[in-house]
Amino acid sequence: MTQVLNLLLGGVFHAAALFLVAAGLQLVFGVQKILNLACGSFYALGAYAGITAVQTALAAGVPAPLFLLVLIGAGLTLGLLGPPIERLLRTIYDRDEAFQLLLTFALVLMLEDVIRFVWGAAPYQLGGVYLVYGQVRLGTVTIPVYNFVVIGAGLAIAAAMGVLLTRTRFGGIVRAAAENRGMAEALGVDMARISTRVFTLGLVLGTVGGALVIPAGAAVNEMGIELIVEAFAVVVIGGLGSMRGAFVGALIVGVLKAVAIAVYPEAEMLAIYVIVIGVLLFRPAGLFARATA
Amino acid sequence: MIRHLVLAAALAAVAAVPLLGRDYYATLMLPFFAYSVALLGLNLLFGTTGLLSFGHALFLAVGGYAAAYLGSTLQVRSLEAMLAVAVVAAVVIAVPVGWLCVRYVKIYFGMLTLAFGMLFYSFLYKFYGLTGGDEGMPVARPSLLGRGFGDLDKTSYLIGPYYYYSLALCVVAAVVMWRIVHSPLGLSLRAIRENADKAEYVGVRVRRYRFYAFVIAAVFGAAGGVLLVVPTGLASPTLAYWTHSGNLVFMLLLGGFGHFFGPLLGAFVFIFLQDQVMSVTEYWRFVFGAVLAAVVIFLPRGLMGVLARQERA
Repeated sequence: MTQVLNLLLGGVFHAAALFLVAAGLQLVFGVQKILNLACGSFYALGAYAGITAVQTALAAGVPAPLFLLVLIGAGLTLGLLGPPIERLLRTIYDRDEAFQLLLTFALVLMLEDVIRFVWGAAPYQLGGVYLVYGQVRLGTVTIPVYNFVVIGAGLAIAAAMGVLLTRTRFGGIVRAAAENRGMAEALGVDMARISTRVFTLGLVLGTVGGALVIPAGAAVNEMGIELIVEAFAVVVIGGLGSMRGAFVGALIVGVLKAVAIAVYPEAEMLAIYVIVIGVLLFRPAGLFARATA
Repeated sequence: MIRHLVLAAALAAVAAVPLLGRDYYATLMLPFFAYSVALLGLNLLFGTTGLLSFGHALFLAVGGYAAAYLGSTLQVRSLEAMLAVAVVAAVVIAVPVGWLCVRYVKIYFGMLTLAFGMLFYSFLYKFYGLTGGDEGMPVARPSLLGRGFGDLDKTSYLIGPYYYYSLALCVVAAVVMWRIVHSPLGLSLRAIRENADKAEYVGVRVRRYRFYAFVIAAVFGAAGGVLLVVPTGLASPTLAYWTHSGNLVFMLLLGGFGHFFGPLLGAFVFIFLQDQVMSVTEYWRFVFGAVLAAVVIFLPRGLMGVLARQERA
């Protein structure tokens, strides 16, 4: 029983990070209609920058329990990259999607080498803070409290995104722009500004996601291009452009992956793609077809 | 007329490369032939039919592993047999996969092909006993038209008989593809690209024709995959990884997918540029990303769009 619980918690922990990246993907797809392959690279960037930020902060005498704030701060700071990257993408908004996809692929290639240049090719780890918040014993297994913190943070961000998109003026404009860009523009929405903000928000979701999960593992060069495929699976399962879809899809993929690793490790990735293909066959628009974001 | 002259000159130049005595550059031409064959197929799908696949590397992996399996496990050394098995395997896989994928267009087609590519990748990567897992499978030196060339060392074999074999295969592939593109089938595919609804309306069976394009592209991909793994001597799961598919599309765009010879030019420039950049810096991906971004933004018709009069393949 506790083993199963441990397994599920592991899955949900991974799902929290997946949700953040997928939410960024959905947001940008909703408004800009661009499937951003570079979302995974933002996640990787957040992870690396998070490690450096925490190490710097600890060396400067910041008390260890505050590292969570440092991680989030690092993720948010990377938001500065949003406007220039969005400016680059703006050159191809009215082009064929093949070009849009390839431009984000170009970003993937460049960001991978930026990371390699700044942080090197060896795995990069943040030691010593993962267990700062202690552990809880559940029967025979111990689970770091930090895992619950990440899951909680994921839920809080999901709730905040919900409020932002459905209860605020900005959210209303974003949804209007997702629905009909031309009409929103005709009604006086400054689409250039909205695009910049939405893209930056999407980027920050990815970088914060990467920063949050990194104390539990190690950052490697390929983490971005690996995660983006899973994030793709999430949005296909949930439905392109749907926030709720990203949430449910992330849970499905995260838990499924954890279960597969425990039961039949060979099927770890296979299981995910089988679900993806199944969803595409029977509910091509995803489980939450109606775009809400 | 001028086009024929250019083509003949290019062919003569390519045929003369091994005679120049710069063996290294001759070996670089081998992946060029392999990618050319694969890209001719991919361009039927993308340039001609308008479907962007982000999982086409799957079929290169099918070809590569077919060659490896035949040579290492079954001890069959004939390259013709490898090509035949690769083509059959590609058809066997492409029929169900294509049947599913062509029900979608645009971004969904791209995502579905990517999912299938990664499905195959994870199969290759995880099922160690069958595929060698992350280490891949060695590819034994195949015989060409029944001759083993046992007296030649590896380099002489590769830049000698194997070079001209690859070149010949590449020419055959180009001729076959030229015929396909300029057949009624090719015309229908172009009609589908331009306006699928209208094409359907005038009697083109859109889904079926897209399916044909998918299977033909798969066959070319697998043949290219066989040619690709012989020089390296290894079939590894990364052949099927999605970034490899991305690089294939990159080559198409670099050369210009709107032109019949664009894919060949793209493969050529990609391989030689990669070689040059890698010798200067280990951060070649950054340079390539920047090149890709520049091509997407400033040269949407690729290098062929600059060099040649626009002519849709």
